Amino acid sequence: MAVEEKYLDKLAGPVAEAGKCLLFLFRMLLGIRFSGSQILTVLQQTYLIGARSLVIIMICGFFVGMVLSLQAINALEQFGASDQVSLLVGKSLFRELGPVLTALLFAGRAGTSVTAEIGLMKATNQIEAMELMAIDPIQRIALPRFVAGVISVPLLTAMFNALAILGSVVFSIGVMDLDAGIFWSKLQTGVYFGKDFVGGLWKSVVFGGTISLVAVYFGYSARPTGAGVGTATTNTVVLSSVLVLIFDFIMTSFLT
Amino acid sequence: MEDSKAKVRRSDTPLIRIRDLVFRRGRTTILDGVSMDIPKGSIVAFMGPSGVGKTTILRLISGQLRPDEGTIEIGGKIISSMSYAELKRFRRNFGVLLQDGALFTDLTVFENIATPVREHTNLPEPLIRRLVMSKLSAVGLGGIEEKMPHELSGGMARRVAFARAVVLDPAIMLYDEPMTGLDPIAVSTVRTLMRETNDALGLTSIVVTHNVNQMRELVDYCYIIVAAKIAGEGPPEELTASTEAGVNQFMNGRVEGPIPFHYKPPGAPWGLLD
Repeated sequence: MAVEEKYLDKLAGPVAEAGKCLLFLFRMLLGIRFSGSQILTVLQQTYLIGARSLVIIMICGFFVGMVLSLQAINALEQFGASDQVSLLVGKSLFRELGPVLTALLFAGRAGTSVTAEIGLMKATNQIEAMELMAIDPIQRIALPRFVAGVISVPLLTAMFNALAILGSVVFSIGVMDLDAGIFWSKLQTGVYFGKDFVGGLWKSVVFGGTISLVAVYFGYSARPTGAGVGTATTNTVVLSSVLVLIFDFIMTSFLT
Repeated sequence: MEDSKAKVRRSDTPLIRIRDLVFRRGRTTILDGVSMDIPKGSIVAFMGPSGVGKTTILRLISGQLRPDEGTIEIGGKIISSMSYAELKRFRRNFGVLLQDGALFTDLTVFENIATPVREHTNLPEPLIRRLVMSKLSAVGLGGIEEKMPHELSGGMARRVAFARAVVLDPAIMLYDEPMTGLDPIAVSTVRTLMRETNDALGLTSIVVTHNVNQMRELVDYCYIIVAAKIAGEGPPEELTASTEAGVNQFMNGRVEGPIPFHYKPPGAPWGLLD
């Protein structure tokens, strides 16, 4: 009994935190107004956390496409099926690797900066100043960054996929001298727009929402000290990466 | 002009009435039975050693914290019984200047000052621009509107924060250590701004500070808080000459006195340091 209570106590902390996080999400969603200034702030944040992540996403996408083709061709060659490479690359990329890798990169690049920014705003009394000016900081600070994340991740995923296909083209056709016509025709006939590509994008919407929620919540609830902001930033990367992989499995098992 | 200023300062109508205020944090009593009347048009300081609960009073007045006992009444309305929405509306009457200015680091100087205006009014953009620029030139900083907060010196940032605090012409100004970390010229500038704005607009200002010298020339009335209670009150010059041991120790910066050097945790069993 005592052992059970000990475990229950340990469980109570994370459960309470998850509850607070969900309440935080509801408070954010209740603040949606579709006003001009809110849309403008969302666009600004989409630029800052989305567009500014483009370069790293594009570079990574390109090399993931190349290495995927390299491994696929090596394996398929043994069965004389190396012309199937575009099918393998397309399916694995659109369904899994694109959304998941983009989400993990986004958590490292943008999630951390959002947590650190909000945490520092708290440490320098900016959040308190806002409350005293009767401005809701959740609506003004957290909401635009959350929405920007939900918008950015699917767009970045599409960009990642495009660059990965380019990487695959460069390696398979340019380096390994596979036939371009076969490459494109296999991709067109074997990979489905709705099931594979759009299915992957839906996942990335969920990943974007998860990472952004974790990032804004940890920033907002960070202890207002240097160490507190550091811990919150680390927690953002760790928790959002783990959640992305868990949600990926759950969605894949139910949606496909 | 001088007469009318004096009249405002001496006004007997209390705008803020605090009665038997008790506030506890865990087992520690931060404020214990504090009562005071703050007259309209005056500049009042809460002074005391660091960590004594001065900022807590400011947070209780602005409704960020709720008292455990007692009431705070502003203009006839009791703060602790207001709903969140009422409190949000009521806070539009406050202008706040926090330690370090607390400018929004992601916005330009112009947008910093315009934020409360955009949030609480539906003024057209040209009017917002005129309002912001007039406040900015009133604090002597016309022409820096496109700069970011990190490009400003400490004194300039504090003046921008001041312009932001007064942009909606509040009735009550709350200052939390408004002059910390400023050079002597910036201190004088901020002090002059505080006094002149208060008198010109008929505001009521509350300043929380531990800096005795900076407050002597500025405030009309002081409350000295020691060990959760008001140890002394009165105009600054009277308090300097006070014979009350705690007030005298604080106002004259002495080490010896009833305010102890050693921190004693609440409920500590040992009496070695007594």
